[in-house]
Amino acid sequence: MKELGTLAIIIGILTSAVRLATPYLYAAIGEAFGQTSGVVNLGVDGIMLVSGYAAFFVALNTGNLWLALLMAIVVGLAMGGLMSFISVTLKAEQGISGIGLYMFGLGLSSLLFKVTIGTVKTIQGFPGLKIPLLGDIPGLGPIFFQQSLLVYGAFLLVPLAWFVLDKTTLGLKIKAVGQNPAAADSLGVSVNGIRYLSVCLGGALAGLAGASLSISLLNLFQENMTAGMGFIAVALVYFGGWKPVGIMLGALLFSTVNAFQLWMQVLGVPIPSDVAVMLPYLLTIAALAFTMNRARQPSALNLPFERGTN
Amino acid sequence: MKGHRLLIAVLLVAVLVTSACAAPAPATPAKPLRVAVIMPSAMTDMAFSQSMYQALLTVQKDLGGPSAMEIKYTENLFNVPDVPPALRDYASQGFDIVIAHGSQYGSSVQDVAKDFPKTTFAWGTDVNTFGMPNIYAYTAAAEEGGYVNGVLAAKLTKTKQIGVTGPVEVGDAKTYIDGFTQGVASVDPSIKVNKTWTGSFSDVALMTEAAKTHIAAGADALTGSSQSVVGSIGAAKDKGSILWFGTQSDQATLAPNLVVASQVYDWTSILKDMINNRKAGKLGGDIFTLHLKNGGLKIVYNSGYALPADAKAAGDKAIAGITDGSIKVQP
Amino acid sequence: MASDAAAKTGPAPGKVKFDWGEVGFRLALPAGAILIALLIGAVMLLLLHVNPLTAYAAMVSGVFGSVSGFTQSFVKATPLLLVGLGICIAFRASVINIGGEGQIILGALGATWFSLQFPTWPGWLLIPATMLVGFAAGAVWGFIPGYLKSRMAVNEILSTVMMNAIALQLMNGLLRGPLMDPAGVKAGTFLPQSQRLPENVWLPRLVPQTLLHAGLIVAVILAVVVYIFLWRTTIGYRIRAVGLNPDAARYAGIPVPFYQALALTLAGGFAGLAGVVEVIGVQHRLLEGITSGYGFSGIVAALFGGLHPLGLIPASWLFGSLLVGGDTMQRAVQVPSALVGTLLGLVVLFVVGSNFLSRRWTTRRQLLAQKTAPQPAPQPVTQGKG
Repeated sequence: MKELGTLAIIIGILTSAVRLATPYLYAAIGEAFGQTSGVVNLGVDGIMLVSGYAAFFVALNTGNLWLALLMAIVVGLAMGGLMSFISVTLKAEQGISGIGLYMFGLGLSSLLFKVTIGTVKTIQGFPGLKIPLLGDIPGLGPIFFQQSLLVYGAFLLVPLAWFVLDKTTLGLKIKAVGQNPAAADSLGVSVNGIRYLSVCLGGALAGLAGASLSISLLNLFQENMTAGMGFIAVALVYFGGWKPVGIMLGALLFSTVNAFQLWMQVLGVPIPSDVAVMLPYLLTIAALAFTMNRARQPSALNLPFERGTN
Repeated sequence: MKGHRLLIAVLLVAVLVTSACAAPAPATPAKPLRVAVIMPSAMTDMAFSQSMYQALLTVQKDLGGPSAMEIKYTENLFNVPDVPPALRDYASQGFDIVIAHGSQYGSSVQDVAKDFPKTTFAWGTDVNTFGMPNIYAYTAAAEEGGYVNGVLAAKLTKTKQIGVTGPVEVGDAKTYIDGFTQGVASVDPSIKVNKTWTGSFSDVALMTEAAKTHIAAGADALTGSSQSVVGSIGAAKDKGSILWFGTQSDQATLAPNLVVASQVYDWTSILKDMINNRKAGKLGGDIFTLHLKNGGLKIVYNSGYALPADAKAAGDKAIAGITDGSIKVQP
Repeated sequence: MASDAAAKTGPAPGKVKFDWGEVGFRLALPAGAILIALLIGAVMLLLLHVNPLTAYAAMVSGVFGSVSGFTQSFVKATPLLLVGLGICIAFRASVINIGGEGQIILGALGATWFSLQFPTWPGWLLIPATMLVGFAAGAVWGFIPGYLKSRMAVNEILSTVMMNAIALQLMNGLLRGPLMDPAGVKAGTFLPQSQRLPENVWLPRLVPQTLLHAGLIVAVILAVVVYIFLWRTTIGYRIRAVGLNPDAARYAGIPVPFYQALALTLAGGFAGLAGVVEVIGVQHRLLEGITSGYGFSGIVAALFGGLHPLGLIPASWLFGSLLVGGDTMQRAVQVPSALVGTLLGLVVLFVVGSNFLSRRWTTRRQLLAQKTAPQPAPQPVTQGKG
């Protein structure tokens, strides 16, 4: 029987955590873009499912993983576009249109899966990719540098998103549109245009989240396989204060505790399994409640823009 | 404005009237046996629901095809309040046998069965017929196949560590795994069987990660149950050298080189018994249990995996022992 | 057109103005949206080689064609109405409650535990007491996010999503442990359900051979109560004030966080009550899957009802019958159940998207009223909420 030292266990937990955090990172950072511009999208889970299916279908039938990834992005963009149309142009109540999008995405992905594939199949997804040199560092190597492409992508997204939001004109516009759309409008920024862009970008990233599941981490598709991940991702946006780094910390906290509770069960720690499964959710709330860092939400969040009123 | 409203109202009424007037399909001339089944998950879930649907298809084929036996199904009926209307619908349409294939459907069956005394209701997995003459109850002694799988796994593990990825510790997930643990212990009590429960029957991502955790902790053989267990099989396949033991359905297609054996729920004999009973006038009242002994549980060895002779011998010996009663497995 | 009536910028406090034109339009709009969604559904059905007319005929006959089907819409409407009432209250305070699933579970847990503790109490005492306990349990589950929001600025979407998951595991743990039916343990089946609740606590059935239970009456009465609460009491006024304009409310001395927390607590209580009626009215025991997704579909029902307690009564029936009809259609033409789900999602998207037409219409009527009424100075068009 394999005897595991504490260090090996810690490395195991963190390696799991990095893997688990990947879909949350893509989806939450995407949602952060949309929310920063003032639009809440609760339909992320639905987008993840449809894009995940699309990517899987392409990968299953063509074997081309890059094409599959592209498909996921395109589908995500399209669904983001649908959300934008309903929430920005039609100015519908965003929370509810998000839930409608979720129901639609869940149903459509299941239906398409049922009709075009039928039974659960596995594929060869993105393989593990060890980064030369860095991957050999003891400890850190396996955790961060022996993962697969989409995992690296999720973490590279963090500084990229930060750069776009904080250091580019586009980011400035997105923030302006979310904080004070009237002022932005008077300065010639197209409020609705920027919101479309952000929500579609959010959709594309949610698409990547779905693909990361179906063609990289799980290498299969099953009806409702996200089981509500998209909603957790939306919650993480609030946890992270709409900042990519904060979101990453939230995703890592949640995933680390999740990985930790799995290890606890495997090692036979006498905690009821239901309590163990609860831990990530409990600790995420606790962490937010007890850290005093409080970001203010974008002032125009959830408010459709109407020239002359807000 | 007023015109628009009127137009919408007229359209609405027109559609309703037209559709209500559309005649339903005419009844078939001959009188085939009509069987309806309600399932809580997808009928292609590689697990519980699939086992029943497969069995129905087999029975249909044996009886002579769709002209001899009509099958109608409802899948993914996880919401229990939707069950009584479904049961009533099928029963009032004249179905001979209505199968409520989900343990949560019990009170629904109890409620509806008394209003349709000429219909046979079959309910599983449970052992309660509520004392009604037209309800059959059925269940599977999953712990038996669990025991056999445990014996096989114990023989094949080199690291002496086995992982169990379960959903929630209830029902046949629990009994299967309890049997599995006993089977392992009967071969070598020093082998560690570690269990994780994800708290969900559908969270594939967490199930996959649970499997990977077992693997990282040193397990070289895995088992588990529920539809989300496809994730565990995927994780085993990724690693490449992890053996898998399945239950409820034959899971060999998911990982042709790694699945050693699956305990398959074969409901066909139960279904045939019910059909024959009904022909003889008995509409219910019995409790059927799938056992290794009555052929309801089958251990299907995967031909794609080269099973060493001594392991197979031990497995067969366990099957024989349970069948003749010398080995008693506690659920 | 009643342009003179529309010249008033709003109903005087305490006076309910019924503009039948507006009511008619507001009903026709979701109906029209549903129609368009069904048309798209027809295309999908055709792609699956199913005759849409047969399918929709089955849908209609599912709801109107039998006593069982007709009552089933009301059976589903009851928890939808209760959850929706909570959503209404929360929404009026500008808080969105997506914690319905968890709150339903807590209510169901409370009702189960309580009625199993006191099985000998007579029904006239046990039923209301159980409902109170369930309401309280759900209210606690709404209070926690409310408190966290008001005292620690924890966003309620985050906390309610997490609380849903926590509640589910809590129920799992209790159902496979202390609450598990002893008969199931003895028989070796270990089903995740509680023992059958004492008959004293069962809600009386209104129509024999159906699931329709007295909870419907309770729900409808509560809808009226909530309406009175929101529009005729000081607390209700403050809740609405907080939602319409938090800054103005703050200036008026109304503690905004307190009333938002209160709204969430009440929302939790109503969702908890939905859990109670499912357990004592429909299932007669607690089992896995008790929520049936009502925590989310209640939000949709609230939307259909215009987020108004009285509008919720027909709206929850409408949504309930869509659900029932969808199931019947699935059985009749054997389409995948996922098609029904997709259809429902489309319906929601179309209904919520069509609301802009309603707002455009309101704006145009206001504009018209402004033009015809003798106003001294022109005022800019304002677009309020809802």
